[in-house]
Amino acid sequence: MHVPDGFLDAPTSVATGAVAAGTVAIALRGARRELDERTAPLAGLTAAFVFAVQMVNFPVGAGTSGHLVGGALTAVLVGPWTAVLCMTVVLVVQAVLFADGGLTALGTNVTLLGLVAVAVGYGAYRLLLPVLPRTRTGVLVAAGTGAFLSVPAAAVTFVGLFAAGGVADVPLGTVLAAMGGVHLLIGLGEAAISVAVLAAVLSVRPDLVHGAAHLRRPADLASRPGLRDREPVR
Amino acid sequence: MGAGHGGPLGAAYVAGTSAVHRLEPHTKLVAVLAFALVVVATPVHAPWAPAAYAGYAVLVLAAAAVARVPAGRLARGLLVEVPFVVFALLLPLVARGPRVEVLGLSLSESGLTAAGGLLAKATLSVLAATVLAATTEPRELVRGLQRLRLPAVLVQILAFMVRYADVVTGELRRMRVARESRGFRGRGPGALRVVATSAGALFVRSYERGERVHLAMLSRGSTGRLVTGPAAAVPLQAWLTALALPLGAGAVLAAGMLLG
Repeated sequence: MHVPDGFLDAPTSVATGAVAAGTVAIALRGARRELDERTAPLAGLTAAFVFAVQMVNFPVGAGTSGHLVGGALTAVLVGPWTAVLCMTVVLVVQAVLFADGGLTALGTNVTLLGLVAVAVGYGAYRLLLPVLPRTRTGVLVAAGTGAFLSVPAAAVTFVGLFAAGGVADVPLGTVLAAMGGVHLLIGLGEAAISVAVLAAVLSVRPDLVHGAAHLRRPADLASRPGLRDREPVR
Repeated sequence: MGAGHGGPLGAAYVAGTSAVHRLEPHTKLVAVLAFALVVVATPVHAPWAPAAYAGYAVLVLAAAAVARVPAGRLARGLLVEVPFVVFALLLPLVARGPRVEVLGLSLSESGLTAAGGLLAKATLSVLAATVLAATTEPRELVRGLQRLRLPAVLVQILAFMVRYADVVTGELRRMRVARESRGFRGRGPGALRVVATSAGALFVRSYERGERVHLAMLSRGSTGRLVTGPAAAVPLQAWLTALALPLGAGAVLAAGMLLG
């Protein structure tokens, strides 16, 4: 899903490049709030995780397998700003080391997969959390919906960019329907994988999940009866 | 463990000592970006466009020959294009405008030109980027991006990612071997949960490794800045060598615009 060179004309590429640069600049400040001075090692290792997990083929049922894009999942795991940085770094590495996604289209790719996918995925997650029960299931449903929406959102944004600065005159409605339809299916796979991975992390280290901070509670340790009256130790 | 060095990131690199290998990484990055810009700027519908694409192809293949990048490596680099080849092949079928009959199919003329242009441009840029990746080690590329004034924090994140990508993918590989040696086949319901549990464990391990790396850095007196030596100035000669590719492409483009 990485846009190569030459798909969009120069003005569109420059515009998305500016959007991407601005997003990364803001994300660099935001990530400091999420991770303080540990930003570089933690975001770097999380980016390595995203890179590795994108190579995994997950069986998503009906004999098919898919791989993760990971914008929404990463945002829920480590916070949206850090997720933007991780996705950006992964895209840079893929562009310069694997020629996957053009160098002139790097801004477009960061805008689509770094900004739109993370913003829509995490935005939907945050919007849904208050209306869902404050439980593990609530977190999983919200994250799954976010992951599901993030994929068609990025695809539809790409179609919009293609309409604005594409190099071919195509009937917009047809392309929009085709891309949207295909990516709704891919979104289902993304949601299934994201929920499964998030559930696995929540069951072993819920304290690491940035988006589930509201589920944290003090440890269920109690002091010995008699010492004091069953006051939880924090 | 037990595997050779390099891993998935190092696999792109073809060791060598050619003139292209010896160039400073940031000059190569600028050259490939400038080449891609020239290729993208070529008007698709101009009658001389195919000749220009041929000119660019000669230039980038010459660069690959100088760098002694094997043809097989270039071909493997092109594989990343495949999804967009499919997209480009569909364009003539759906694009509007006057139509032509080819082998019984009604195809759009403008769609055909656009698809040809897309394929040519994407292929040329991918070839140039493959030569860059094949002649520059990952950590050198990070150094090049640093010299191109990428924000310092972003460079550090990149450096950590490049340094640990092999460790993390190695961990993933060992998890897969462990799963499969216990009889996991990856089919049927429930398989997703098993693979996802591995991925979840991978996240926990990666994050915790990040925390340990941070503590190790602090205990060695890290102040959060990357220490780098002074960057050597690049002589004009080296810049000219690196920029020969985009300058040549620019000359082809100019010739097309003036003569075509």
